[in-house]
Amino acid sequence: MIERPLYSGPYAHERVSVRRTMLLVVFALLPATLFGLYQYGWPAIFLFVVTLLAAIVAESVSLWVMGKPQRPFLLDGSALLTGWLLAITLPPWAPWWIGVVGAFVAIVIGKQVFGGIGQNLFNPAMVARSALLVSFPLEMTTFPAPQPLLSAQAPDMAQGLAITLGDTTQVDAVTSATTFGHVKTELTRGAGMDEALAGTYSLWEHLLGTSSGSLGEASVLLLLLGGVLLLYTRVISWHIPVSMLGSLALLATIFHLINPSLYLDPLFHLMAGSVILGAFFIATDLVTSPVSVRGQLIFGAGCGVLVFVIRTFAGYPEGVAFAILLMNASTPLIDHYFRPRVYGRDRRGRPLNHGDGEDRRP
Amino acid sequence: MDQNYGQITKDGLWNNNIVFAQALGLCPLLAVTGTATNGLGMGLASTAVFVASALAISALRGIITPQVRLPVFVLIIAVLVTLVDMTMNAWMHDLHKVLGLFIPLIVTNCAILGRAEAFASRNKVLPSLVDGIMMGLGFTFALVALGATREILGSGTLFADAKLLLGNWAGFLELHLIPDYKGFLLIILPPGGFIVLAFLLAGKRLIDQALTRRGKPLTVVPAANQRKVI
Repeated sequence: MIERPLYSGPYAHERVSVRRTMLLVVFALLPATLFGLYQYGWPAIFLFVVTLLAAIVAESVSLWVMGKPQRPFLLDGSALLTGWLLAITLPPWAPWWIGVVGAFVAIVIGKQVFGGIGQNLFNPAMVARSALLVSFPLEMTTFPAPQPLLSAQAPDMAQGLAITLGDTTQVDAVTSATTFGHVKTELTRGAGMDEALAGTYSLWEHLLGTSSGSLGEASVLLLLLGGVLLLYTRVISWHIPVSMLGSLALLATIFHLINPSLYLDPLFHLMAGSVILGAFFIATDLVTSPVSVRGQLIFGAGCGVLVFVIRTFAGYPEGVAFAILLMNASTPLIDHYFRPRVYGRDRRGRPLNHGDGEDRRP
Repeated sequence: MDQNYGQITKDGLWNNNIVFAQALGLCPLLAVTGTATNGLGMGLASTAVFVASALAISALRGIITPQVRLPVFVLIIAVLVTLVDMTMNAWMHDLHKVLGLFIPLIVTNCAILGRAEAFASRNKVLPSLVDGIMMGLGFTFALVALGATREILGSGTLFADAKLLLGNWAGFLELHLIPDYKGFLLIILPPGGFIVLAFLLAGKRLIDQALTRRGKPLTVVPAANQRKVI
């Protein structure tokens, strides 16, 4: 039997490749990342570089252990993106080994043990971030106040290197709590919401990114810009971000209306870089989110609800990573129940009625 | 069943290892292997039950009817575990406090019931004794390997508190491997147990693969016979 190649039909190649997708996401992350690096200076730059290098080394080592070719997998940019996503969710002045341990957890345990790219159940960067947060609570919750590069009080290159190497005695790091951390502490103390928010916390700071937070999560505006770019280039569709942010906003509004002195303003919930980054860049991970449109809407809504529940009622002040991991775990279930409609059939799998009176039912 | 002691030994320690091959007894395995010492204590306690239950059940196998065998096995194992539990409480009180609930729970360790059903109830006393010892040692080996890995990665020590188990002479075993180590908490927590166990299982498979490859050279398929898959 001879197999002939299919010649007929005007086929056009869409030029979608893993490499192109990864590079587009990296490009979309660039503004927020560059701003974060500027904002937190040399220690952040060192941490960022170390994390990316570690991710690529981890990928290379895993490929070598499993006897896979190096070039195609290293050059597809997936390890780079995982390292990048992890790095920008770390506290900017964290010591180098946080980045290295995180990168190895992300690539080896989060991705390669499942069989490499496209096989992982959970988003690797969020696996690593959660593992780090559980294992090293002190290092993962020490957020310095922004000290822009080249400004007077910012650490110079040598001091920055010392901070990344874990020597905290060189510079008096001005640490400050993130808004959610601060509010959680104050509320646990029994203070009201007005009192808790009485500090310098303003929405404007969150929008521009001059409040303290993780390396690349400071500026909501720049992250939104990247998200819009991803939507425009069709790397992601609108369903997950909209349903995630929508359900979070809805829940936050309801609770805020019930008792404003106990529950944060919904704008605070939305104007956090973590949730914007999560909604546009992490929850939309093509590998770990559902296939069908309805599945994606449910997935996004689940993420939003869990973010609100964890932020409001759980022990951790921030819960985007945990929320997305939990919904990642339920993705196979969602995919099982909400399958895309098969072409030519209705949702229940029955043949469509073509109006010609012919009965095609089996 | 032939009584090939070499085969029984090999099966118990490696080929048919309770943890690494049968994947049984995972509950105590994951719960107590935060340190190598706990793993060793749990392993030795289990080994004592393995050996004693193998002896008792193979000696009584002629009079236990098939219809009531499982309750009888469980009863015998429960008596033995109670003895071990009380013994440890008396002479290794501190370790007993650490292992706590998991010593009585050896009763429900399916591996012990499994060996009773699969081996001791069908073999003579001596082979059953050897099987019990080897299965117990294999289980101990797995517990210590897992405990040591988790302890080194998780807290940077090895055989911490070995004095509790073995007495004061064992102080030299207590190593503090990594100075100024902050501790990798996840590895000590139960999820870390699963992760490390998975890597140890993968390691065992790798070693097995290497052994078979050395045993018989790879059969090379002639290029002409290889079909190209498009």
